[in-house]
Amino acid sequence: MIYLEIFWSFFQIGLFSIGGGYAALPLIENQVTKVHDWLTMAEFADLLTISQMTPGPIALNASTFVGTKVAGLPGAVIATVGCITPSCIIVLILAYFYFKYKNLSSIQGILKGLRPAVVSLIASAGLSILLLAMFNEETTLNNIQLLDINIPSIIMVALGLFILRKYKTDPILVMIGTGLVGIIIYGIF
Amino acid sequence: MEKNLKFYWTLFISTFSLSAFTIGGGYVIVPLMRKKFVEELKWIDEEEMLNLVAICQSAPGPIAVNTSIMVGYRLAGLFGALLTTIGTVLPPLIIITIIAKFYTAFKENTIVNALLLGMRAGVAAVILDVIIKMTDNIIKSKNLISLAIMIVAFIAAVIIDVNAALIIVLSGAFGGFYYNYFKKAGGTE
Repeated sequence: MIYLEIFWSFFQIGLFSIGGGYAALPLIENQVTKVHDWLTMAEFADLLTISQMTPGPIALNASTFVGTKVAGLPGAVIATVGCITPSCIIVLILAYFYFKYKNLSSIQGILKGLRPAVVSLIASAGLSILLLAMFNEETTLNNIQLLDINIPSIIMVALGLFILRKYKTDPILVMIGTGLVGIIIYGIF
Repeated sequence: MEKNLKFYWTLFISTFSLSAFTIGGGYVIVPLMRKKFVEELKWIDEEEMLNLVAICQSAPGPIAVNTSIMVGYRLAGLFGALLTTIGTVLPPLIIITIIAKFYTAFKENTIVNALLLGMRAGVAAVILDVIIKMTDNIIKSKNLISLAIMIVAFIAAVIIDVNAALIIVLSGAFGGFYYNYFKKAGGTE
């Protein structure tokens, strides 16, 4: 039964991808190209490109892409549901305990230690996005090349930041705005 | 806040639009959710949001889905969690289903590429804005331990490339130990 197989594969991907985002990639690759012959390696590479170009969490993009390809729209829905089922169960259990015990002083201590670490994790992910916007595709901290610097993009980042801080604009408007400017700068010239 | 139809609609449409417009996966959506629910709607305070994100980081699965479930549950129980989960899952499901049908054309379209390249700058600006505010909050708290945890976690994440889940577990363990035993035993404050 193909639907059951799809569900089970993506259930495992959801269950074992700890740390989010790119941690799920090797698991997806294993399930859809090795355990099952759902995608060729070239198609898997296409999936990565599309995931990077489209909004939404990468694991969900992969679920829909593979599900559609193997069993149409029902396949896409089942893969997506499979992927988020472990999250739903585990997060709801954690949520239940958190709201029940969050006022205990021992839990407060743990949370007090956690919060600055979370800020750093968000900042470190933000840094890679910033580098991607300022330079080009493969830039990481280890291979910055000043020649690859993307000046229009840096100006847009600075301007966007200024508008956000000064006028408290809706972030989605800023993103759409820079997208439209992008069409003018990169698409027409 | 009053839990009327408008409240549930705002809850749903907030997660839906964040998922629909945010390129770059989980770590981009999480700061934006913070901006939406903490700064704009003021439904959750900063400390609690960081607690929720920390808990979601230590659970498996796509981080954006986890955080949606958590925020939905916090604001409106199980029904809230259902609404925010559907809100997060729908955009990738719709967008990828369409794109999967003609992805070669999509991949090579100049206008689409220019739009996405531009949007990347907008995303970077929004993330930068959020990071500045969060870091500022930690610095303003004048808690040297928090500041130290933040710096060490940032170095661990960016330079040593330590897994996010491990950073969460270690900083939580440190916080639990430090605030519950060390400080009680003879610390100041």
